[in-house]
Amino acid sequence: MRTDRRSALLSLLGLAAAAGCDGRGSIAGSKHKFNAIDVSGGGWGSDFRLRDPDGRVRTLAEFFGKVVVVFFGFTQCPDICPTTLLRYKNVMRQLGGDSDRLQVLFITIDPERDTALVLKEYVANFDASFIALRGSPEETAVVARAFRASYEKVEGQTPTSYTMNHSTFAYAFDKGGHARLLIPHNLEAAQVTEDLRYLIQT
Amino acid sequence: MRTTLASILLAASIPVFAQLGVVDPWVRATVPGQGATGAFMQLRSKQDVRVVAARSAVAGVVELHEMKMEGGVMKMKPIKELAVPGGAAVDLKPGGYHVMLMDLKKQVKEGDEIPITLVVEAADGKRTEVAVTARARPVAADGHAH
Repeated sequence: MRTDRRSALLSLLGLAAAAGCDGRGSIAGSKHKFNAIDVSGGGWGSDFRLRDPDGRVRTLAEFFGKVVVVFFGFTQCPDICPTTLLRYKNVMRQLGGDSDRLQVLFITIDPERDTALVLKEYVANFDASFIALRGSPEETAVVARAFRASYEKVEGQTPTSYTMNHSTFAYAFDKGGHARLLIPHNLEAAQVTEDLRYLIQT
Repeated sequence: MRTTLASILLAASIPVFAQLGVVDPWVRATVPGQGATGAFMQLRSKQDVRVVAARSAVAGVVELHEMKMEGGVMKMKPIKELAVPGGAAVDLKPGGYHVMLMDLKKQVKEGDEIPITLVVEAADGKRTEVAVTARARPVAADGHAH
């Protein structure tokens, strides 16, 4: 049965065990073939309550009407996180006139070091419309669990030089707030743009 | 590609075999309050050498790191040494190795020249130090473009 296959795949991905998966293609049953992984109907990360750098509580519901892309990271990440933010900066450019119908949200998994000020300045370097979100360590854990995202602290030589391992999928929600796509970190901006444009225009 | 071949110092005993070429070194700029960033470059050597340590005046802790993707999870870990085989080029770039600058003492601004010292060990165990000046690129620099 379709549903069984889908939930089997979802639980696999949920454990971040997508190794071996080429990260492309859609699940049987979806009409449109996306470049990213189609998780329509999977009920991922239905909502969250986190604060933006100005201290306002933000929820997924307030962005209804826009396509929303959420991903997790931390500013001291030298590698994957800036590369991902840069990809969405390029996606915004490629979307052109449709870019105001996409909202990119960056949720820190390192609220200890990622203060509101650091986050605000950091994401603004990529795109003025991007919003960084932050919760307490407990709130962050709850949100990550809802998204089946994983992260762990790796202790360093000093109390402040630790690093973080974390899952790298981005999550796309359609204009109605339904989870639709799991976007692997290695999709090209053009492939992401194609998928998001479809979600924006349908 | 802009090539700054920063070959060795350590005057007195410059052993030819320990020459390490450093190409296109750069660091990602930081925002105020951000405590760490990565340095990237390409290493080339005529002979087999190993980079065994790194230091920088701008950071309290400097480590050689390797980033790996495991089933969609980004894992970063310090490595004890980085081998540069003779005649080969080893890239330190996003998606692989980098020099991790942690406990930064000040903000790294775009255009800043960040001094980094690489400690290089030759096959015979002799150590030399290579001074690298890495220019800071924007926070949103594309790590794959040169």
